[in-house]
Amino acid sequence: MASDVIQLTGVSFSYGAEPALREVDLAVADREFLGIVGPNAGGKSTLLRLILGLLEPQSGRVEVLGRSPRAARTDIGYVPQYPGFARDFPITVEQVVLLGRLGLGNRFGGYGREDRQAMQRVLEEVDAHDLRARQIGSLSGGQLQRVLLARALVCDPRILILDEPTASLDLRLEADIFERLKEFNERMTILLVSHDVAFISTYVSRVACVNQTLVCHPTAAIDGSTILALYGESVRRVAHEH
Amino acid sequence: MTDFFAALIEQSFLQTALLAGLLASIGTGLIGSFVVVKRIAFLAGGIAHSVLGGMGAALYLGLDPLAGALAAAVVAALIIGWVRLTWSAQEDTLIGAVWAIGMAIGILFITKTPGYSSDLMSYLFGNILLVPRQDLWFMASLDVLLLVVIGLFYRQLLAVSFDEEHARLRGINVPAYYLLLLILVAVTVVLLIQIVGLILVIALLTLPAAVAGHYVHSLGRMMVLAVLLGALLTSVGLASAYGPDLPVGPTIILLAALAYLVSALATHFLARRRARRAVTAVQREPKGSSPQPRDASGIGQGFGCHPAARASQAGAPGVDAARGGDESAGPHEGSGRTGRPV
Repeated sequence: MASDVIQLTGVSFSYGAEPALREVDLAVADREFLGIVGPNAGGKSTLLRLILGLLEPQSGRVEVLGRSPRAARTDIGYVPQYPGFARDFPITVEQVVLLGRLGLGNRFGGYGREDRQAMQRVLEEVDAHDLRARQIGSLSGGQLQRVLLARALVCDPRILILDEPTASLDLRLEADIFERLKEFNERMTILLVSHDVAFISTYVSRVACVNQTLVCHPTAAIDGSTILALYGESVRRVAHEH
Repeated sequence: MTDFFAALIEQSFLQTALLAGLLASIGTGLIGSFVVVKRIAFLAGGIAHSVLGGMGAALYLGLDPLAGALAAAVVAALIIGWVRLTWSAQEDTLIGAVWAIGMAIGILFITKTPGYSSDLMSYLFGNILLVPRQDLWFMASLDVLLLVVIGLFYRQLLAVSFDEEHARLRGINVPAYYLLLLILVAVTVVLLIQIVGLILVIALLTLPAAVAGHYVHSLGRMMVLAVLLGALLTSVGLASAYGPDLPVGPTIILLAALAYLVSALATHFLARRRARRAVTAVQREPKGSSPQPRDASGIGQGFGCHPAARASQAGAPGVDAARGGDESAGPHEGSGRTGRPV
């Protein structure tokens, strides 16, 4: 039986008077691909930030790889929903990816040969090698998403966490990224937040529905009534003809 | 200009002034680049103006004003950094208060110090021509300090300047490196005060780096170019002010502002011209000869489209089940967005 790499026990968190998460229990097994869905302000991103150690729960316990989230940070790759940097920052793609190697190897001075080899490898892995000399602000949304994925992967993480990584992408790129994530899942645990319930159901092994509380379902069990209970309204299918 | 070069050979105070300008340029380029990319010019302004408190106190106590300036700059950097890290909601108000309090303390001390008036003007607006030769060693040692610290911690400072959250996730002590950056700003402010004074220091700290930022795509290159630009501007400013007997500090600042204006207009114009040419080239292409559209990633090849994956979506377990509510079947009924709540 696979061991749990993430364990949340009775976790509650509040930014103010209204709790964002209540008494959340969650166990994520090694090499599991967990989709996290839920309405806006339902606590999805808060859940990720607790697992990343960016927030401390007011009650309950979070363990990642048997350690505190802070201690486990260097084993986690993270792709944020919104890049936390100015697009006009003078930095190239390869420098951005190399920043993902911080916390490994030398503390002082520049990057070593191993860092540069890892950077080359992940850029090839996400088909972004051609972009390596480009300034980060000159990339399209899809290109930037690949670079952020490469930055998350360059530390060879045991856990990859993605917060709506395809929110600004078209369907084709979204499928491309999910296919690649499926491949990465063979060597790492993946947690992925998405609004796209139907789409992630194709790829993930389990879906966690978050709306202050958290309930996990096997993907096959996600049906209209589950969605109705989670979002408070029905999900509509839209057909397109071209 | 010829007079300036003749005087430069003969007059040691001009040689000292030129060297002071060149030494100041190193700090300008190295730390000014961080100030520009991290967008902390207001914080740097707060540190610069707070320096007057330390200078005033040092003068009153009969100590070296530069030592007082350095101490006050570092204390102001730590206070402002603490305010930014702890009370971010009222950051600008509190930094503005530190700014004003530092100046008020300085003016009170200077007022109570005999013979203050001429000194006050030189602190506020600088006088590169009055830099004592022994201060060059002090300035050079500050430059060495900046070079060593940046050399050792460049990656961490870059990470904190670029994306604080990501830096934190990589185990970087963001508050510590942020405070270190502000202390480096404080050191640079002291380095520049003798050249342009504390009122104008923020312009010399930011304008050469901002001009450099128009032309390079990496922070390291921005630093090198900003150092060279700083050296050029201080030297040309010194030479330009010599003939008509103008104050050097304001002359340097006006030159830097002019360089920034010309550079900003030129880069804006060039960008618009490139865009116009691209559109014109498209319009001139014969109809039907346009190239295959690139994929949305913009480089002509994506991860590789996976038609099999797309086809499999329609019948994937969980997808149909997730489609509650109104449904209308159609050719693309299996596409991922269909499950998005609306």
